[in-house]
Amino acid sequence: MPFQKMLLTLQNYWADQGCVILQPYDMEMGAGTFHPATTLKALGPEPWKAAYVQPCRRPTDGRYGENPMRLQHYYQFQVILKPSPENMQELYLGSLKAIGIDAELHDIRFVEDDWESPTLGAWGLGWEVWCDGMEVSQYTYFQQVGGFDCKPVSGELTYGLERLAMFVQGVDNVYDLDFNGAPGDENKTYGDVFLENERQQSAYNFEHADTDKLFEDFKKAQEECAKLLEAELPLPAYEQCIKSSHTFNLLDARGVISVTERQAYIGRVRDLAKGCCEAWIKKNGWEV
Amino acid sequence: MSDLLIELFSEEIPARMQKKASEDLRDMMTAALKEAGLTFEIATAYATPRRLTLTVTGLPEKTADISEERRGPRVDAPEKALEGFMRGAGVTRDQLEEREEKKGTFFFARIEKPGRATTEVVAEALEATVRNFPWPKSQRWGDGNLRWVRPLHSIICLFGSAIVDLEIDGIKAGNTTRGHRFMAPEAFEVSDFADYSAKLLDAKVVLDPAMRMAKIAEAAERLAAERGVDWVEDKGLLAEVAGLVEWPVPLMGSFDPSFMEVPEEVLILTMKKDQKYFVTRDKENGKLAPYFITVSNLEAKDGGAAVATGNGRVIAARLADAKFFWEQDLKGKLEDNLPALKDIVFHIELGRMSDRVARMKALAGFLAEYIDGCDPAEAERAAELAKADLVSGMVYEFPEVQGIMGRYYAKAQGESDAVADAIRDHYAPAGPSDACPSAPVSVAVALAEKIDTLVGFFAIDKRPTGSKDPYALRRAALGILRLITENDIRLPLEHVLGLAARPLKPYLELHAGAGEDAILKHLEETFEQHLLPFFADRLKVQQRDLGVRHDLIDAVYAKGDDDLVRILARVSALSAFLDTDDGANLLAGYKRAANILKIEEKKDERSYDQAADAGLLHDPEEKALHGALATATSDAAAALNAEDFEKAMAALSTLRAPIDAFFDKVTVNADDAAVRENRLALLSEIRSAVNTVADFSLIEG
Repeated sequence: MPFQKMLLTLQNYWADQGCVILQPYDMEMGAGTFHPATTLKALGPEPWKAAYVQPCRRPTDGRYGENPMRLQHYYQFQVILKPSPENMQELYLGSLKAIGIDAELHDIRFVEDDWESPTLGAWGLGWEVWCDGMEVSQYTYFQQVGGFDCKPVSGELTYGLERLAMFVQGVDNVYDLDFNGAPGDENKTYGDVFLENERQQSAYNFEHADTDKLFEDFKKAQEECAKLLEAELPLPAYEQCIKSSHTFNLLDARGVISVTERQAYIGRVRDLAKGCCEAWIKKNGWEV
Repeated sequence: MSDLLIELFSEEIPARMQKKASEDLRDMMTAALKEAGLTFEIATAYATPRRLTLTVTGLPEKTADISEERRGPRVDAPEKALEGFMRGAGVTRDQLEEREEKKGTFFFARIEKPGRATTEVVAEALEATVRNFPWPKSQRWGDGNLRWVRPLHSIICLFGSAIVDLEIDGIKAGNTTRGHRFMAPEAFEVSDFADYSAKLLDAKVVLDPAMRMAKIAEAAERLAAERGVDWVEDKGLLAEVAGLVEWPVPLMGSFDPSFMEVPEEVLILTMKKDQKYFVTRDKENGKLAPYFITVSNLEAKDGGAAVATGNGRVIAARLADAKFFWEQDLKGKLEDNLPALKDIVFHIELGRMSDRVARMKALAGFLAEYIDGCDPAEAERAAELAKADLVSGMVYEFPEVQGIMGRYYAKAQGESDAVADAIRDHYAPAGPSDACPSAPVSVAVALAEKIDTLVGFFAIDKRPTGSKDPYALRRAALGILRLITENDIRLPLEHVLGLAARPLKPYLELHAGAGEDAILKHLEETFEQHLLPFFADRLKVQQRDLGVRHDLIDAVYAKGDDDLVRILARVSALSAFLDTDDGANLLAGYKRAANILKIEEKKDERSYDQAADAGLLHDPEEKALHGALATATSDAAAALNAEDFEKAMAALSTLRAPIDAFFDKVTVNADDAAVRENRLALLSEIRSAVNTVADFSLIEG
């Protein structure tokens, strides 16, 4: 199954389960969880089901296109089901079946992996899902976001699309993935589409990102976020929080943040995230 | 008599929690049954990834009836008293009986409490158990408020073959369960434990974790033999893997031998920790073999070929990552990493890693003087490079191999074996059972690392409190004690600690106030009040585990020595001496003398700590004692000087007979005041003679 077909199959599968199918959020972020459709929608009492692809940027994971599995830019497919349904594990396994993973041929396992996002002040319990020893998804029951209890509980599924596709296609190198499934000259691999991007972006992340400017960006995003929270505009405020988080990740990749400072920076992003969540709850008139 | 069967069926329970959870289920339920007065034969609990199961055999159908007679007020008591009695006993007037006793005629009530049905007790107990279950972490799910380790789906609760009436947050107890998630997903009914475990086995679930472990071990052994390699058994991993599968199917996979150029510690870590694989070794040379054993949860329809291939692909990718870091790191030299240590903060109040390394280097060089066969230049070099691998790619990715990688990179840049080994060993010992370094350079750097940690955090008032020890200072102290005592290093510990504190001065203003004097005072207080007592305390804890009496350590420690090796030699000689007749009697004689002195000194409000006057000695026994004391004191002092503690004890043992004779024949509180004073002085001489060896007042018994 070509990469894009797998993505479309997952979208259709979850659309059939009643999910709102969203398009990627138009900002740089480290994980699909940062998308407001997950972070903010996990708060409050209203039911919500959504699925979307989110490009993720992890500057420290860049390998200049030389590692067969590590990328600084990759895709996550994110599903959020609120409240988490009784048959959520079965629904998830159904989605694997839809993309051609035969549970009578492959060893699928739920291995403890509690999820915590220090920058979002969020945590949940769940597993990483293994398929023949490869982690293909993260499965979490959200307990808190932004320091606030999730009630009802949202179930979150995060599929690492490249890994999953490598598994499904039986390919050892991510750049060899069949991207579009077209025959002959029209066929495009993942490398055709992204290899050069990995090379250039790795060089940017590790060598060229202007750290003075990034420190300045971080500060500005922080100030802007605070200002917007005062204006009771949690949605644009949250975008500044996303921006500060990504800026921090870039600074981290440049190796200019020490271990102790690291904690302080994460704490600052968390404070922003908590502020946004609190303002979001207030704006909606929900009880805490 | 009937048997009880309980199954709590949930989504996958973390492997590491299963054993304790099954025990908790058993203990909480049996405690509640006992509390209700129910007896039983055997209670056994099991766990799989998706279920906790308990079976209790031989339970009665109900708790025993209770019949009790209660005496009420006299028949002529006021009506109010009678009413109160009837209310309390739950009886009416016509159920009362009048009976004449010595003190008059009283009302009596007979109270009959019928036994409760066991099912009722079980239902209550199970609900309480589920609601109060001590999971290390639990969660809510969906719309509900119930907490469990992961969503709880169904409950079996059968007493005999009848379903116990019970509902917890919408989950009604029944008699159905499910088998293996993929191989037998259909629900089925069970009638009792025998039926349950047989049907589970048919449904591809091995209920008993011990059986799953045995199955895995047996198959792993066989697979390895078929391939001609040795399976490396690992009890912890075996238990963990058995907690990840309901139907274990071990399979053998392989990886490209070219990965073997990466240090095997990294390969093992990746396979074991990240992938939960068992590793194998070459039968001939014991080296890691390029085969691993993974345990799948499935009898796949292709015999496991796809699963093995898939796992092989995953490990190849992971090892490729490790190989990438290995090759990247080897492109530079270990010492090229040193400038980057400036960018790592060790602790915000104790400077950067580069500062710490500079302190360790100076200290290791100094310590080398005290360690036989330790070249100070090598100790300094090893300390200088000890932390350099922290900024290598491999350690960034796999923090567990810190030190281990440093050794490889040090050898690659041509450092001596002693230096390279010291870099690897300097974190050790990590605990009481961890191997303790013995190579001289390793000992120097390991000591320097721990002393810097301990002195640093004490100096900034970050001492361990209660169960909180975030900087693992107890472990550091234990490490220091083990390094010194197990290697017989004669070290003036106080002096060394003082030396370690010197470079910390610039960091201490916040805690000490400004100025050299304030800082010195702060350090002195820290040492006197905290650090040295902490060491004494740790020494006692460590030695207690080796069977040494803490009071003997106190008795010797009170002499103010800081050479741990000497202290322990003294303790050991003292302990052996006290086990002899002479020793035990001398201790008794000492206690008697000390007690009399204490009483008389208090009464007279003065001290008798003085030499006895030979001219005032009357009785032969006191003259003999006086002579013996002079000899013993000088002999003991000479022996102590020569560090011959057995001999010092032997010198003291000569006092036993004269002391016994003295107490037998001589009256201390003589009528003549001068004679009395002199005899008390003689007792004080006993006290001080004995105290040259150890402070006997601190010895118990």
